[in-house]
Amino acid sequence: MKDKKDSAEKHSDDHFEEKMILQLYVSGMSPKSMEAIENIKRLCTEYLREAYELEIIDLYKNPGAAKEQQIIFSPSLVKTWPLPKKTLIGTFEDTEKVIKILGIKISE
Amino acid sequence: MIIVMAKNATTPLSKTPSGISGLDEVTQGGLPTGRPTLICGSAGCGKTLFGVQFLVKGILDYNEPGVFMSFEETVKDLSVNVKSLGFPLDKLAAEKKLRIDYVRVERSEIEETGEYDLEGIFIRLNHAIDSIGAKRVVLDTIESLFGGIENAAILRSELRRLFQWLREKGVTVVITGERGEKALTRQGLEEYVSDCVILLDFRVADQIATRRLRIVKYRGSEHGTNEYPFLIDDQGISVIPITSLQLNHSVSKEIISTGIPMADKLFDSGGVFKGSSLLLTGSAGTAKTIMASSFALASCKRNERTLYFSYEESKEQLLRNMMSVGINLRTHLQSGLLRVQSVRPSLSGLEMHLMMILKLMEEFKPQTVVIDPISSLLSIGSISEVRDILIRVIDMLKTKKINAFFTSLTQAGSSVDDSTVLAVSSLADIWIELTNDCREQQLGRNMRVIKARGMSHEMQPQPFSTTSKGIIDPRPLKK
Repeated sequence: MKDKKDSAEKHSDDHFEEKMILQLYVSGMSPKSMEAIENIKRLCTEYLREAYELEIIDLYKNPGAAKEQQIIFSPSLVKTWPLPKKTLIGTFEDTEKVIKILGIKISE
Repeated sequence: MIIVMAKNATTPLSKTPSGISGLDEVTQGGLPTGRPTLICGSAGCGKTLFGVQFLVKGILDYNEPGVFMSFEETVKDLSVNVKSLGFPLDKLAAEKKLRIDYVRVERSEIEETGEYDLEGIFIRLNHAIDSIGAKRVVLDTIESLFGGIENAAILRSELRRLFQWLREKGVTVVITGERGEKALTRQGLEEYVSDCVILLDFRVADQIATRRLRIVKYRGSEHGTNEYPFLIDDQGISVIPITSLQLNHSVSKEIISTGIPMADKLFDSGGVFKGSSLLLTGSAGTAKTIMASSFALASCKRNERTLYFSYEESKEQLLRNMMSVGINLRTHLQSGLLRVQSVRPSLSGLEMHLMMILKLMEEFKPQTVVIDPISSLLSIGSISEVRDILIRVIDMLKTKKINAFFTSLTQAGSSVDDSTVLAVSSLADIWIELTNDCREQQLGRNMRVIKARGMSHEMQPQPFSTTSKGIIDPRPLKK
């Protein structure tokens, strides 16, 4: 919640870009988990540069989080900011689709 | 019964009591231990309640903690909905006997990009099961997941994996599913859960609701195949117990009186077999209730507990009217030997009546039961449904060797042509018909034995009169 505020403030401070807040829920070291982590990390550095916060949560190590955050599928990427909240599931190999859903504007 | 189980060590016939009254008799012991059972039915059929009751009774009666995973109702809604049934979900949760996890599926929030699995559910279930040592799990209604995603193929294979995992986990699972148009469930869950499938049905006919339950499948176990009526009342779900629908009850050779000396004389044996069922038919005003009351009185005089269901007269009305023909039931009512249950049939559905009859029989343990008249039940059910109910009642009566006396109102004319009577007459051992007829400007009454299993009897109609001393033969004594 604090993060949200920070990024909102940041947003009003410099109109450059909003800081995107993402949580990636994975299940241990499964191939799908690894693939998802890799894809999301690459996507973030490539398209969001510094303007993101990514938290990776291993559901096996933190089983309570699945209930608290209403996680059903794995891997799940939850975008909590900016609104609207979105949940993406899968391995995120379709970069274009992920970018579109997350609402990342590509300024080439 | 608490079943101690090691992983992967389920014996094929190990069963877990369902907590649903009457169901364990139908399934010969309960649901398959350590395996999933599918409960399917249309909306409002009682699936969720079945699940909740399975868990709550499991905790309260068998000390088996349980996990409820709800895909439809929030924890709060669920607690409120079952509170009226006295299921204290909040309290059980606080005692760490019950875990409720509400899984919210929000289609508009979920986007799919590539392969995924259902590990979130696995982890949530595993965590909940392990945290309280759960033995029972309910998934209500997991099919809702299909509404949240596009790739049904992934979900199908994941569900298959989930059910397999639950088997390995050794928990007894109830999975609910909404009735589909072509299959038992919308997503064909019955393909994955092949151990035990129970169908719940809810029909409304003539403003009276009837609920039925059927065991569609039970791998490795015998089970009843009928449709069993069930009730949802203030104690939850109860399936109407049917002891046995087999004709293997022992019979008595003892002869008892019908309470009417001239009726006894119709039979060469001077009475009827103890534990037999008598059907008395006749049009309005043929003294059916008087005969029924005489039978009840004779039973009381033998010091037998007697249960009288009066569907058309109130208790006081019955007592007063019978007093006028010399049948004093009041003393037996006061001594507790007689119980009169007076209720209008249209007050509740057929199942409710059957349940009431069976419950009272359990409670009161009568040796004689009178139902006066069974034809009133037809106002709330079809002939075949009433017949169904009566078969069950008679079966119960036979097993317990209870004398049964049913009256039935027929149209004027011979009751042999009456379809209602025909439907139930085959169930009765003895059938006596009463008729009114006008001879020489005088109303005369006749009784005739139409059938009497295993007894030789008078074939001719015998005239009778009702007097202040009851039913008598008006003819001068034969020499």
